[in-house]
Amino acid sequence: MPTTTYDNTGVPIDDEGFFTDPARWTEPMAEQIAKEAGIDALTDRHWIVIRFMRDQYAAKGTGPTVRVLGKVSGVSVKELYQLFPKGPAKTAAKIAGIPKPRGCI
Amino acid sequence: MGKHIVILGGGTAGTMTANRLCRTYDRDECLVTVVDQDDDHLYQPGLLFVPFGLARPDHLVRSRPRQLDEAVDYKMARIDRVDLDARTVRLAGGIQLSYDVLVVATGARLLPEETEGLTGPGWGEKVFTFYDLPGATGLHDALERFEGGRVVVDIADLPLKCPVAPLEFAFLADWYFRSRGIRDRVELTYATPLDGAFTKPVAAKALGGLLNDKGIELVTEFTLGEVDGEHGRLMSYDEREVAFDLAVVVPLHGGAEYVGRSAGLGDELGFVPVDPHTLQLPGRHEVFAVGDAAGLPASKAGSVAHFEGEVLVHNIGQFLAGQPLDASFDGHANCFVETGFHKALLIDFNYDTEPLPGHFPGPVGLPLLKESHAAHLGKLAFEWLYWHSLLPGRELPGIGSAMSEHGKHHVPH
Ligand SMILES: Cc1cc2nc3c(=O)[nH]c(=O)nc-3n(C[C@H](O)[C@H](O)[C@H](O)COP(=O)(O)OP(=O)(O)OC[C@H]3O[C@@H](n4cnc5c(N)ncnc54)[C@H](O)[C@@H]3O)c2cc1C
Repeated sequence: MPTTTYDNTGVPIDDEGFFTDPARWTEPMAEQIAKEAGIDALTDRHWIVIRFMRDQYAAKGTGPTVRVLGKVSGVSVKELYQLFPKGPAKTAAKIAGIPKPRGCI
Repeated sequence: MGKHIVILGGGTAGTMTANRLCRTYDRDECLVTVVDQDDDHLYQPGLLFVPFGLARPDHLVRSRPRQLDEAVDYKMARIDRVDLDARTVRLAGGIQLSYDVLVVATGARLLPEETEGLTGPGWGEKVFTFYDLPGATGLHDALERFEGGRVVVDIADLPLKCPVAPLEFAFLADWYFRSRGIRDRVELTYATPLDGAFTKPVAAKALGGLLNDKGIELVTEFTLGEVDGEHGRLMSYDEREVAFDLAVVVPLHGGAEYVGRSAGLGDELGFVPVDPHTLQLPGRHEVFAVGDAAGLPASKAGSVAHFEGEVLVHNIGQFLAGQPLDASFDGHANCFVETGFHKALLIDFNYDTEPLPGHFPGPVGLPLLKESHAAHLGKLAFEWLYWHSLLPGRELPGIGSAMSEHGKHHVPH
């Protein structure tokens, strides 16, 4: 399994760069992952979404979809795309250090 | 005293479950009540054929109570709310039912008004859905009038029922315009929020290949944000545009409204988050969900409801007997994908195994993931099977709830 280094700590990730062990994530890592994803600075609005992703993962074992995020995170789908232009559910999951959301069929 | 099993919804899943339960238990052991809001049972797979004039709308609807075993107590009313603590269901009109076991089978609801502009200008004129009967009928008229231009088939977002139906629509549209001799005047586009033609790689490649062969453009990762019917544009949230003269949109889906009103019953989208293997609501052992109403990582399809039914009826029996739930649903789904020109292809998969090539139900049988005339005949025969075998809750010989790997070939991605 590949590993990478954030905040001077080695962490295991999958082929697409998602954390496989969310317990290894720390808040300082988020800025760095965000930069890699093309987001220069994380605002308070970003952090609302990132914390929500982690809470949902802890409760349900998978990150939410964009639709669910838009319904319950307090950030509308439109704004989610402004915050995370390349696909909010995937990008926010990556920055929040949780595995790729499973989504539905 | 007998137990009271209340089934909410008398569509595909509720009807099959009720009939299976009646076959398993005597009326004095279990009284089965089914609640639904109307008397018209619609054969939903037939909606695909209506726009192309291949099915008559009035042939797809039959009396709802007539599909139910005589022993079922059928109540026609709108469900207003479930009170999980009191174990009661309140119906419009003030009726209250109490239950020993509750089965939620109220399916999925279409939510076109949740997408900006979708039901605005052009709705019913050049923007349609074929997912309900009025939509499919209106689209038939629009297709007959259509003489050329840009046609887009779009899935707003997931989840949706019968995830292959929009693909089938695109394939049939290609066939339809060809048989009318105007295909060269039609640009066909298929837009999906997925990153390919299907969720799983092997099928995505096969189905994407078919789109390509038929000259249908594939637009991926397109989540519908807004419809501008006046100027004929679909806009995605990431600000891409697809222009159209005729748009066929599968709207957002959600669970029944009352699910959201009933504390502890539903998730954010109104689906019931039951255990994917036992179909039981965590923390509420007497509550189960089946069919499209269940929030599972499985397809929302009639075939899934059928396979779930076997597990569900067994597990309800175990629950009533105070025994552990020992039957486990594996996510088995089985769909015929109509591809036009009197052909179809079959896919068979579950939670763990993606649709693979091979044969079904065993090494000698229908080809999987490959077009054949036999599969098209299978799709057509399915309607008879639906009314006469699946709805009555009969098992299909040789095809069990658990998916078989027999006849399937694993292929590298
Ligand atoms: C175009 C199309 C093509 C399809 N093709 C296929 C196919 O080829 N193969 C396949 O397997 N599946 C197919 N499906 C999917 C299949 O039809 C559904 O998955 C199946 O009907 C699900 O059954 P269900 O009982 O969960 O929901 P439904 O059959 O939709 O039943 C839900 C019932 O609940 C009732 N209800 C809802 N809310 C309330 C309320 N508040 N009060 C009272 N009653 C209520 C409704 O009236 C309805 O009768 C297709 C679907 C569509 C739309």
